[in-house]
Parts: sequence; structure tokens; C-alpha cells
Amino acid sequence: MHESTHHHADTLKSHVEEATGVILSHCYQCGKCTAGCPLNEEMDIMPNQILRILQAEMPGYEDKVLSSLSIWLCLACDTCYSRCPQEVLLSKVMDYLRQESIRQNKVNPQAKDILKFHQAFLNSVKMNGKLHEVGLTIDYKLRTLNLMQDVMLAPSMAAKGKLAVFPHKVQNTKEIAKIFKRVSEGSHE
Amino acid sequence: MRIGYYPGCSLEGSSKEYNDSLFAVAEKCGVTLEVIKDWSCCGASAAHNLNHDLALALPARTLALAEKQGLEEIVVPCAACYSRIAGTKNEISRNVAVKAKIEGFIDLKLSADVRILTVFEFLQKYIFPTVDQHIVNKLNQKAACYYGCLYTRPKEIAAVEQIENPMEMDEVIAKAGATPIEWAFKTECCGAGLSVSRTDIVAKLSGKIIEDAADRGAESIVVACPMCHMNLDMRRPEIKKQLKKDINIPVLFITQALGLSMGIPADKLGLNKHYVPTDKVVNCIVKMEA
Repeated sequence: MHESTHHHADTLKSHVEEATGVILSHCYQCGKCTAGCPLNEEMDIMPNQILRILQAEMPGYEDKVLSSLSIWLCLACDTCYSRCPQEVLLSKVMDYLRQESIRQNKVNPQAKDILKFHQAFLNSVKMNGKLHEVGLTIDYKLRTLNLMQDVMLAPSMAAKGKLAVFPHKVQNTKEIAKIFKRVSEGSHE
Repeated sequence: MRIGYYPGCSLEGSSKEYNDSLFAVAEKCGVTLEVIKDWSCCGASAAHNLNHDLALALPARTLALAEKQGLEEIVVPCAACYSRIAGTKNEISRNVAVKAKIEGFIDLKLSADVRILTVFEFLQKYIFPTVDQHIVNKLNQKAACYYGCLYTRPKEIAAVEQIENPMEMDEVIAKAGATPIEWAFKTECCGAGLSVSRTDIVAKLSGKIIEDAADRGAESIVVACPMCHMNLDMRRPEIKKQLKKDINIPVLFITQALGLSMGIPADKLGLNKHYVPTDKVVNCIVKMEA
């Protein structure tokens, strides 16, 4: 990671650089990231284009990036980073853009289920300290109303002993809830 | 040497057979694992997708608990947990300000010097020295070792020597008497965390992996990650629909494959917990001559 020495204006571009340590001008648009991306067929804006849009800062570029589907499809597999001749850590940029897209309420409508899955996952961890797969599944179904999805898997998973009906918990779940709280307040005493 | 153990959530639930087979192999070689007391979830993809601080705080709590327990080394058999915990250690030990912030969040002190072993490193270090005397069977089949993303990238925490063509799992499989094949999808992504929210994408990505293994004559696919296993095994009906082909190659955890060569019974290794039947794998096995 490189510490950016640029001065920081109040723009999305500068926030990305500040939060991730990535210097966007390092990208010279060779396109290797896009060529190797396993999700490129599904994306609305290609990975190298995300970087180009951030570099160029044309009017309205913030919304274009923050409301793209691509930032939610990125699996952080880091194929792009491992092949990037300039070592641009694109997955970290994507992480930041997702978080910013939630803060600004610009999540792409087609990405709503992906977001709801992540939220249901963290909710389960917040309550138990560990992921409870059954609880996660029920929570996700309620959030998305995809009630019938994978219903046929439940009996076979139960028969194979893959479903823990009751959650495994840490000794003191309040401790975990406190971590979530401190993180969300962004402060610590 | 005390060896700490972080199972992670999947190994207590949908991938219990990975946990059971790891313990069965360790037991056979007289190796004891010490579970990190009161460990919690690493946060997985969800945390780093939604909140960077949380993605560091959750693994940091587990690292701090391991230190408190006096463990200098921990084994993390899940690729995703490995990636989150090793990534957190990497970020915290390179940046004092981040470390201080995270310590505040978890209300615990950290030195972040615990060694983190993947399953390959654990097998190499603790099982390989005595494994030969326990191996009684030859798996006698062509196996495609599938590493996926999280052991091979990003390079700062890669658990393999060659990130585009890793060989660590191939070595384990060769020990078990299987023939590792050369193939093109060793380190491609299976779709990981989109398994539930975008099953269609997972079927596409995992389908390519299954198809290449089949085209090259693999009789089994060997993995070391619960997510890879779930996507390649449990999502096979969706994959078959996507490929319009009926490919029935079973998917084994690396510890199950090694366990079979050590003569550990298939049900003790949890082979009955898979969706794609594993009889073909078991039928290939031949006894080694004394």
C-alpha cells in the first residue's frame, strides 16, 4: 500500500485515495484487470473503466460509479491486483465504493439482494458472535421475500448433519455487540 | 509445541466433514490441536464488503484471544477465515495507528505475532514427518487440485509459492497416491459469497471449473475451502443445468483424501455428507502392498 501524499479535496476521488492508500493515477489503463476478471461478463462498468472514471472526474462521475452494479459483483478475488503491472489494489477501492454507495443511498437496485445477504450475515454474527447458517437463511429470505429459494436443500442438509438448528454462540454475546457498536460509532473510549 | 486451532463457522455447520477429517488425520499421527477459547466469526466477505473497521476488528478479537491463551501458532483450515485473519494481521502489523484503533474497538491488546498456518502448511509441518508409516492405501485416481482465490491472492498473504500455478495441494495428493493433473482452472474464482444471492453467477463460474476438470480426465476434485466445496458440490444441480451436461465428479476436502489413504473409514471422514456421491473415489482405492 502507498501512502498518498496528495492534498485532499472533498471529492469522491480524493476520499477513495485517502481511505485506501491507492493512487489512482498509477493506473495506465492496460486493461489486464478487466481481461482477467471472472465477473466481467456480468458487469455494467468494466474494472479498468471504474478506475478511468475516477481518474477523469467528469461531471456526475460519482453517481455513475456509486450506483453501478459492478462494485457489488466484485468478489474481491484479487486476480486483477495480482496481475496489475502498477499494483493498483482495486479490490480495496471496490470495498470503499460499496461502503460509500450505502452511505449515500445509491445502491444499484439489481444489487439489493447481494447487499441484503451481507447484512443478514453480519446480523447473525452480531447476535451470536458466530455465523448461524439457519438463522442467516431465514433472515435473508425475510429481507428479500425469496421465500422458496433453496427450500429443497433444507431436508437433505439436515439429513447430512450439515444444519445446526440452534446457533453456536460465543460465551458473552454482549462483547460482540459492543464491538459492532464501537465500530459503528467509529470511536472508542 | 502447542498448535492452536480456529475452526471457523462453516466447519461447525455446513462443512463439518472438513473439521472431522482434519481431526481424524491429526489423531492418527498423534497430533493434538488446541481450539482458541471463545473464538468468534472472522466476518467473511460480508464484513469487508460493508465495513472495513469491522472486517479488521472481528479477526483481531480472535488473534488477541489466541495470544491470551499463549498460542504462538494457529491452524486455520478455512480459506476465507485464513484470508481474513492473515489479512488483518498484515494490515495491523504494518500500521500502528490502525492497530491502536482496532485495539480500542475490541478492548483487547494485540501484538499480532501469532503464526497463521493454512491446512497445507499444517500438513507439511506436523503430519508429513510421520505420515508415511500411516499410509496404507493408494487413491489411484486422477485428481484436480483446486485452490481458488483465497490461498493464492493477494500476494501479501498468499499461502502458496507460485500464485498462478500453486503446487502445495498437489504434493499432498501425490502422497495419498493420486495423480494430480495439470489444468487451467486451479486458481479461478468459484463465485464464493454470491452462492445464495446470485446462484446463477456461481453456476456459471463453478461450471467452468467442473467442465475443465472433466475435460482433462479428473476423477475427483480436491479442495481446501468450505465455500469452494459448497459451490462445486451442493450447487451441482444448478451447474448441470448451466452446462447442459451431467458431470458427476466428486469433490473432496484435502483432509478427506489424505485420510482415505491412511485407511480411515469413509464415514468417519464424512464422505456421506456430500451431495455428489463419492463411491467412485472410494472404488478407485487400492491397498498398498506390505
